[in-house]
Amino acid sequence: MSLAAHITTTVGTVTIDAELTCGAGETVALLGPNGAGKSTLLAAIAGLRAIDDGYIRIDSTSVDEPARAIFLPPEHRRVGVLFQDYLLFPHMTVRQNIAFGPKNLGIAPEAEWIAALGLTDLLDHKPSELSGGQAQRVALARALATSPRLLLLDEPLAALDASTKQAVRAELRSFLQQFEYGTVIVTHDPVDALVLADRIVVLEGGRITQEGPTAVVAREPRTEYLATVLGVTLVRGVARSGVIACNAGGELITSVEIDGTVVAVIRPQAISLHAGKPEGSARNVWRTSVTRVDAHGEHVRVDLAGPPPLSAAITPAAVAELGIAPGREIWASVKATDVSVHSA
Amino acid sequence: MRASQRERTRTRTRTRHHTRAEAQAPSLVMVLAFVALAFLLIPLAGLLQETPWSELPGLLASPTAVEALRLSLVTSILAAAVATILGVPLAWVLARREFRGQRLVRGVVLLPLVLPPVVGGVALLTAFGRRGLLGQYLYDWFGIQLPFSTAGVVMAEAFVAMPFLVLTVEGALRGIDPRFEMAARTLGASPRTVFFRITMPMISASLIAGIVLAWARALGEFGATITFAGNFPGVTQTLPLAVYSALEVSRDEALALSLVLLAVSLTVLISLRGRFLGSRS
Repeated sequence: MSLAAHITTTVGTVTIDAELTCGAGETVALLGPNGAGKSTLLAAIAGLRAIDDGYIRIDSTSVDEPARAIFLPPEHRRVGVLFQDYLLFPHMTVRQNIAFGPKNLGIAPEAEWIAALGLTDLLDHKPSELSGGQAQRVALARALATSPRLLLLDEPLAALDASTKQAVRAELRSFLQQFEYGTVIVTHDPVDALVLADRIVVLEGGRITQEGPTAVVAREPRTEYLATVLGVTLVRGVARSGVIACNAGGELITSVEIDGTVVAVIRPQAISLHAGKPEGSARNVWRTSVTRVDAHGEHVRVDLAGPPPLSAAITPAAVAELGIAPGREIWASVKATDVSVHSA
Repeated sequence: MRASQRERTRTRTRTRHHTRAEAQAPSLVMVLAFVALAFLLIPLAGLLQETPWSELPGLLASPTAVEALRLSLVTSILAAAVATILGVPLAWVLARREFRGQRLVRGVVLLPLVLPPVVGGVALLTAFGRRGLLGQYLYDWFGIQLPFSTAGVVMAEAFVAMPFLVLTVEGALRGIDPRFEMAARTLGASPRTVFFRITMPMISASLIAGIVLAWARALGEFGATITFAGNFPGVTQTLPLAVYSALEVSRDEALALSLVLLAVSLTVLISLRGRFLGSRS
């Protein structure tokens, strides 16, 4: 196990209490809104702040355990950190930046990544002469030069512009698949988590609210935050014989037979809007009013009063055709097979 | 509608006001600016005009002048070194730590800047004089007597010069992102390595500016030096003190020595041009 930790600490008004593990070769994304405590967890694992209670073990060695009075300073933890804006030392060349860690530790530099990351031609450049993507690769090579037992990436793509982000994300993904130790990525961008991570841990208000394999978390969001960043709507309720009595009012018919407390996930694209009562096979049909209309990329997001309150995504042409505006009375429909249900 | 009208009126008023201010500037501001410049330049012109250029080599070669110049260079460099070795750690603590009484400490650091140097000299006497707070023990136990010695000159100069170093370095330390230091820690650097290999190189330009400023202040020091160390040729008589003594004997010698100080000051100013005349690199 590259990392096994139970971290309890308080920052300002947020009390963090989270258990986190990361196996060898595994990539774990720590996903959460700003202020959830993600960066604090990262700083604690790196040794840049002490925890109040719990333990942090890296490669099976305890590095911070207040109960046993253990605290290993960052320089002895063998944790590689890629900081959000890379923090390359401006007074050193790329070569000196990469050599800094091994020199401090008195070890031979791990040079294999210099070529693998395509840095051979950049070694004599100063950080100010590098592009964002190059700076990121140099920072990665610098972190890896010390042969770390755990790699921490703090918002690794946030400093890049949209056009380079795609390419760098793909590079990072292929790198992480080769890396033999564990990697923890802190991000607030669900795309980073979905593309890079084997497992997602959702952190909200200092607590872990959901965790699981990436595919499962993406398919079955259990928290409003996660649903929002994934662009889907969550409906909580109690299911009986394929009918969900929603907590927010109204009923939804589903094709899944689960009884008990459930979370239903509905993609906005699955909801159709109609001027009159629709004739069709959709089993969920209800009359409602529009509360809000928002342009959202290529489609328009229409929030419906309910019950239950849901959001639909339709084309701008449909908005014009149906005369959609806040306050407009309208019919909505969704197929039972488009209401995916998971027991809560 | 009404808001936009008001906005337009305000814009018009501002424009008219602006135009009138521009028209007024030459008559008053420009004249005063010119007077200020003349006030600074005329004494320098006087100095240059009165300087006995033909006798200059002879005057500067006199034993008093050579001794004073040598002593000034030695003591001011030592004072700058003392101010740096003690001032950089103090600046680091002020910039990187938070503690009770921090504002008081910063006030104490700034004190020599506003204190009349002669008061600084008196204060040093009461502390390090033969009957002073610490001085009595230095003298009784070790036979060390700081006042009226070359070491006393270095102390007096360091006392007035240190704030320049501390202020410059503290400002520079606050200007760099402390996360660079954190990044260095995760790369296996001890706090000591971080200080010497990351922090100091990152503020090198400001550090050099601070050292040069402190050195220049030490070179020009007069009041604290003459009070604490006296005015003994060859031992404590630095260039500024020599100028003062020479004035009573030979005006030409005073002028020649003044010219040396002026040349040194100008050289420092020009070498620091990039930092203090706005063109930051």
